[in-house]
Amino acid sequence: MFAAGLAIIFGVMRLVNITHGDLIVLAAFVAMVAIEITGVNPFVSLIIVLPFMFVFGYVLQRVVLNFTLGDDLLPPLLVTFGISIILQNLLLELFSADSQRLKAGPVETLSIKVMEGLEIGVLPLVIFVVAILMIAIIQQLFNRTRLGRAFRATSDDPVTAQLMGINHNHIFALAMAMALVLVGIAGVFLGIRTNFDPSIGPSRLLFAFEAVIIGGLGSIWGTLAGGIILGVAQNIGAKIDPGWQILAGHIAFLIVLVVRPNGLFPKTRDD
Amino acid sequence: MVCFRRREMIDQNSNITSTPRFVVTRSTKLSHFGLAAGAIIVLTLATGPFWLGRADMRLLVEIFYFLALAQMWNLLAGYGGLVSVGQQAFVGLGGYLLFILTIHFGVGAIWSIPLAGIAGAIISLPVAFLVFRLRGHYFAIGTWVVAEVFLLGFAQVISLGGGSGMSLPISIIRSIAATRAGRDAAVYWIALVLVIVLIGGIYLLLRSRYGLALTSIRDSEEASSSLGVDNFRTKLLVYVIAAFGTSAIGALIYLTKLRITPSAAFDINWTTTVIFIVVIGGIGTIEGPIIGTIVFFLLREPLAEFGSWYLMLLGATAVVIMLKAPEGLWGIIARRYGLHFFPVQRQLRWTVKDD
Repeated sequence: MFAAGLAIIFGVMRLVNITHGDLIVLAAFVAMVAIEITGVNPFVSLIIVLPFMFVFGYVLQRVVLNFTLGDDLLPPLLVTFGISIILQNLLLELFSADSQRLKAGPVETLSIKVMEGLEIGVLPLVIFVVAILMIAIIQQLFNRTRLGRAFRATSDDPVTAQLMGINHNHIFALAMAMALVLVGIAGVFLGIRTNFDPSIGPSRLLFAFEAVIIGGLGSIWGTLAGGIILGVAQNIGAKIDPGWQILAGHIAFLIVLVVRPNGLFPKTRDD
Repeated sequence: MVCFRRREMIDQNSNITSTPRFVVTRSTKLSHFGLAAGAIIVLTLATGPFWLGRADMRLLVEIFYFLALAQMWNLLAGYGGLVSVGQQAFVGLGGYLLFILTIHFGVGAIWSIPLAGIAGAIISLPVAFLVFRLRGHYFAIGTWVVAEVFLLGFAQVISLGGGSGMSLPISIIRSIAATRAGRDAAVYWIALVLVIVLIGGIYLLLRSRYGLALTSIRDSEEASSSLGVDNFRTKLLVYVIAAFGTSAIGALIYLTKLRITPSAAFDINWTTTVIFIVVIGGIGTIEGPIIGTIVFFLLREPLAEFGSWYLMLLGATAVVIMLKAPEGLWGIIARRYGLHFFPVQRQLRWTVKDD
């Protein structure tokens, strides 16, 4: 079920662009450096990772991505793709292609006995709970706060939002910064749960993307369901043959795309 | 400048009793010159096997196939607005089709290149049906998923070597030509012919009514469909043509490599490199990928040993170009000098005719 937990976290970020997979890996590496320098537990390293990702996201959006906004889809796509390649190779150059891992201590293997023959690992459970908490927080933030209102207004109509005194460049940058905070959390969990190296970003991206599409665009809870479906499909695939694990996830995604092109729980952003 | 001259014409017209006529032209004197120069370059290249060394010929073949791949991706993204990061699906597919056709069906190695193209085009139809349900970023990542499915799928087929791949049997290699020099020359000519056919094909396509439809879709989907352009069919056409070209090139690439593995054949780098080439050269022009390919290989020769730094430099260059000069190197040149070697767009010229 672990795959589901991660897919959900990735999906909650609403998957803004192609660099996301590599940003997750970046976050994991930042956590690794933070742990090496300070010697803290990976969960504590979030204190360093999250502000870093926040600033990184803000600057990235403000300095680079804001210039690509507009009706044309080509510039943002190609720019993010370029950044993704730069990030991958930069990490490769700095940390080599070796697999890394964040050590969290005994939490990694602890499990709770629910009943006879059924045990749930503590770590997947933590990831799952954090994922649901984050979804709830984001929804509250979007629907209840002043900042959330500004986000929605800007995403609906940047020009009018500007007339109302909202600095849309600032808002986009803030949104990206917050998305990267989520990326940071995902990255640290990824680092604790599995091995990572600079080249795995794209495959993370694909899982997140599939979870979002299966769940239906714009529906956060749908993404949760999408992540679970994907995780289950991968585990069933792995039972058949280890080589089928990822393939099964992809196939589940393609089937959903054929049967329900709008995802299982379609929801537009307006309601 | 243009406005000014038109004003002048109008003034003249009001004085002299003559009727203004619009003439639609596409070629310019320069483009005729360009065509002639291109023909000379092609003819010179065609004699390559007689005076080029083995290493130079290999390099040129590589340049040819990257140029052809770049043209195909440019057709998709630059003209069709379909930004795919999964074209490696068809490179790998073409490569595997070469192996399947030659080994299991006994087709000649040379004939299997166009056949691989046709098979790739047929397979692209159901793929298009899937990925066309997605838009923008989602389309891009969706094509990537398809490429991954191909990769993982081919890795499962034991008769094709599974995950560790397979080599082309010597008997098939010998069947191309008896001597090594003969094989090199054959591959070289095939590559040259393929590039010319694909570029020529794109050029003719863009000058046809489909080209006009494509341009209008690129500029505004809503407006073009309101004018009676079938957006879906036109995009499908572009996707299938690109799949045809890319699969044929994939077969050619693996005819030069002689050994195929799923992870190399479906490597995202096929597409990454091509995107950088097109963006740096100038997206949405036929000349752009040519310039981009030349720049790419000029930079690669001295910089390749820096490995990942080189890729970072390429990525950074592409990002800067996309931000500061989205029309690419060729776009800058074309705008400054009004150059078009492959005139695709129609230009309106006023002529004054005395009655």
